[in-house]
Parts: sequence; structure tokens; C-alpha cells
Amino acid sequence: MSDSRAVLEAPDVHRALTRIAHEILERTKGAGDVVLLGIPTRGATLARRLGDRIEQFEGVKIPVGSVDITMYRDDLRLKPARPLGRTELPSDGIDGKVVVLVDDVLYSGRTVRAALDALNDLGRPTAVQLATLVDRGHRELPIRADYVGKNLPTAKSEKVKVYLQEIDGRDAVLLMKEDAR
Amino acid sequence: MNRHLISAGDLTKDDALLILDTAEELARVTERSIKKLPTLRGRTVVNLFFEDSTRTRISFEAAAKRLSADVINFSAKGSSVSKGESLKDTALTLEAMGADAVVIRHSASGAPHRLANWVRGSVVNAGDGTHEHPTQALLDAFSMRRRLGGLEGRKVTIVGDVLHSRVARSNVLLLNTLGAEVTLVAPPTLLPVSVGTWPCEVSYDLDAVLPKSDVVMMLRVQKERMNAAYFPSEREYSRRYGLDRDRFAKMPDEAIVMHPGPMNRGMEIAAEVADSARSTIVEQVANGVTIRMAVLYLLLGGESA
Repeated sequence: MSDSRAVLEAPDVHRALTRIAHEILERTKGAGDVVLLGIPTRGATLARRLGDRIEQFEGVKIPVGSVDITMYRDDLRLKPARPLGRTELPSDGIDGKVVVLVDDVLYSGRTVRAALDALNDLGRPTAVQLATLVDRGHRELPIRADYVGKNLPTAKSEKVKVYLQEIDGRDAVLLMKEDAR
Repeated sequence: MNRHLISAGDLTKDDALLILDTAEELARVTERSIKKLPTLRGRTVVNLFFEDSTRTRISFEAAAKRLSADVINFSAKGSSVSKGESLKDTALTLEAMGADAVVIRHSASGAPHRLANWVRGSVVNAGDGTHEHPTQALLDAFSMRRRLGGLEGRKVTIVGDVLHSRVARSNVLLLNTLGAEVTLVAPPTLLPVSVGTWPCEVSYDLDAVLPKSDVVMMLRVQKERMNAAYFPSEREYSRRYGLDRDRFAKMPDEAIVMHPGPMNRGMEIAAEVADSARSTIVEQVANGVTIRMAVLYLLLGGESA
């Protein structure tokens, strides 16, 4: 099997999310117009956690939702049709809001591009920002994150896997060397 | 999943659930203001209709357009088919035009199956003769699931002209795959000889079955296919097998009424039953677009075969 090591353990993940939540509050001056939209599957979970933290810190409940990007991918034709994730917008929608997209790993930037296209069909936010737990580099598009949990230098042959309590039973970020098949 | 959708019987339980789950997500798209997705941009879907159909053709057309596919509508009337072109030559013509999917409705059972051997794209059966209509069965299952929550162990009664009904056959196969229990109710003359081999029960007594049904699906009496006397009179048929107010009252309170349309009001179904809140007839139409989007996405959305 492939050789993997944890680059973030559960406490590191918690601290990173706490910091991102504070940064969002700071940058958006109290997160008044903020809508957190996670990209399924793990981005949606992270968005909910960030929403909970912001509520703890400031007592404001900010809308949290998810935006599925499957139908907007640019590599659909390279693989068999994929099952769809859930798109769930807050009841007030995203018009005139500051949307913070949340994903687990930022890599080529193509997922974020697809998410921007999806947002275009869902409404017109005043601004879109990007939060990611891990930025592993190797961008293929002019996209950058506004909030980063951990900058992780990687080789393209490596894999980054995020585990979250709600889905995988534990919190961790693993870096896997190229699988020795 | 297979490259084609010819028979509801070809779908495994996982396939069927994937289609229903995909449709569940796509249903949200139809609720938003921009109902279009870019997914099938550059793909061509041909609607090849050799038989009259309004709702199925429009439904497939709307589904393909919402996924940004190019749609070519081909109806046999006024086409080269009326000049005597064979199905195979028509198929090769469509092939040359670069069809990625062909949605076919034909009066001959088995036509989609033949077509699938002649074209490179995916073939979707939109009703062939008295054989099958798999997307109707899928949208029916989807409508049931949305109303009842799940299909496992549910009792579905299908009433009427089973002999001429492709909807009934597809529904029996699919509902059986999904774990529902199907009972067919019809006059003996309107049941196919082979019905004993179908995975379902058969009854001739509607009043006995109604009180234990979660779903009652009424089939249209297909006068255009009736070239013999299958029952003495319409009035008698309606009395014995029609769903009127009194029979409706015998159904459990939560049970729903379905009809694939078009309806003969007053014949197989009373108007007030068709218009009641427990009737899914209108939402079946909306669900039809959604389920066809799911089918087209799953057949065409990935790598080309």
C-alpha cells in the first residue's frame, strides 16, 4: 500500500478552522452579509463547522449551504458519469451577499472555477471569497484562496486526503506518497 | 449502467437507485430561476418519434435542453419515413449527423433494441409497441418515492389494460427490482398470456385489492390498439375496473393515485379522483422531465463509450 503520513492531526485541524473563522469575521467586519457555501462532500461539512464557530465567537448565525459542482466540471468526459452532490442554498439566496466558498483541498483550481460557474447560475453575490483547509499548490488556473488552513508543499505525484469526524470518524489530513503499485 | 436504456429489466437495483437519487438532486434545479445546466453542451440528442406522443417527446426535449444538449426532433409524419425509408436507413442517417443519443418511440416492440445495434450513440426507449417504456416506470417510481418515502415493501396496484400497456410491464419489472409488491388487476381478456411469468400477483377483483394498496395506478384504455372486443362495453368496464369516488374511499388514507396519461376521464378514472390532492398525475409530468434529465446525464454525461 501507499506510504502516508499525517500532516495535520485533529487539534491542528480544529485550530486551523478556528483561525479561518476569526479571519472571516475580521475580513468581512462581522460577517454580516456572509453566506458560507461548501463544495460537497467535505467542503460542505467544513462550511457547517465554520458557521458553528462564527456563531460561537460572535453570536451571529450566518447562513450555510452547499453548492455541487459536478454538472459544471470540465473533465466530465474523462470519467464515467458521477453521482451528484447536494446543492442547498439558504432561503434568502445569495444575491447581494458575500459568498465564502469552502473546500477541503485547493489544488488545480478547476473545482473552484466550476463552483464560480455554478454560482453564476444561482444568483449574483457582491463578492466571492475562497476558504480551504489545505492549499497544496500546482494551480492550473489564476485562482487563489482568501483563507488557508495550511499551505502544504507537495509533489504532483503525491495525494492529499482530508478526513473529517462527521464522514470518516476522525479529523486528519494525510499526505500520501505516490502509490507503490 | 448500460450504454442504452431499452428495458426497465436491464436496470440493477443500484442503477435504478442512482437514477432516482440523481433525479432528486436535479429536481432542485427545476426550482431555481436559471434552470439550465451546461453539462451536455456540444452533445446531440435526437428524438426519433414514429408514433404520436406529446408529453413524452416534450419531456425528453425539455430534459435535453436543460442540460444544454442540442436537440433534433424527428417525427415520422412528413419525413422520409413516409416515403418508405427503413428504420435502419433512418438510423444510419442520424448516425451520420452525429447523434450522441437517440430517443426512440416506435409502434413495433423491439425497435429500440434493433436500433441499438446500428448506432454508436446511446439508445433510449421512449415506448416501443406493447413492450416497454422504462423512463415512465422510472418517473412513476420517483413520484412514489417522493410521496411515500421509500418503495421497499410498498404495495402497488396497477389496474386496467395491461395487455396493451408498455407502462405496466416496465413498472412491474422496475418496482420488483426496487422491492415493491405489485398486483395487476384487469379483466382476463386484457392480461397477456405470459403474465404468469411476471414478478407480480394478478387479481380480477379491484374492490378486494384496493384496501391494501399504497399506490393505485390506473392505466389508460388504449382504444387505438383495440382491434377486438376485449370487454362488452365501456360502461361495464368502467363499473368493474374504473376508479370512482366509492372505490377511492376504500383506499387507505395515505394511498396515492397515479395515471401515466393521457386520461380518459369518466372511463378508467373519475374526474374528482384525478383532481384530488392524493393524485400525483400532474407531478408525474414534472417528475418526467427530471427523471429524463437524470437518464440523459448518466448515459451521456461521462466519457463516451
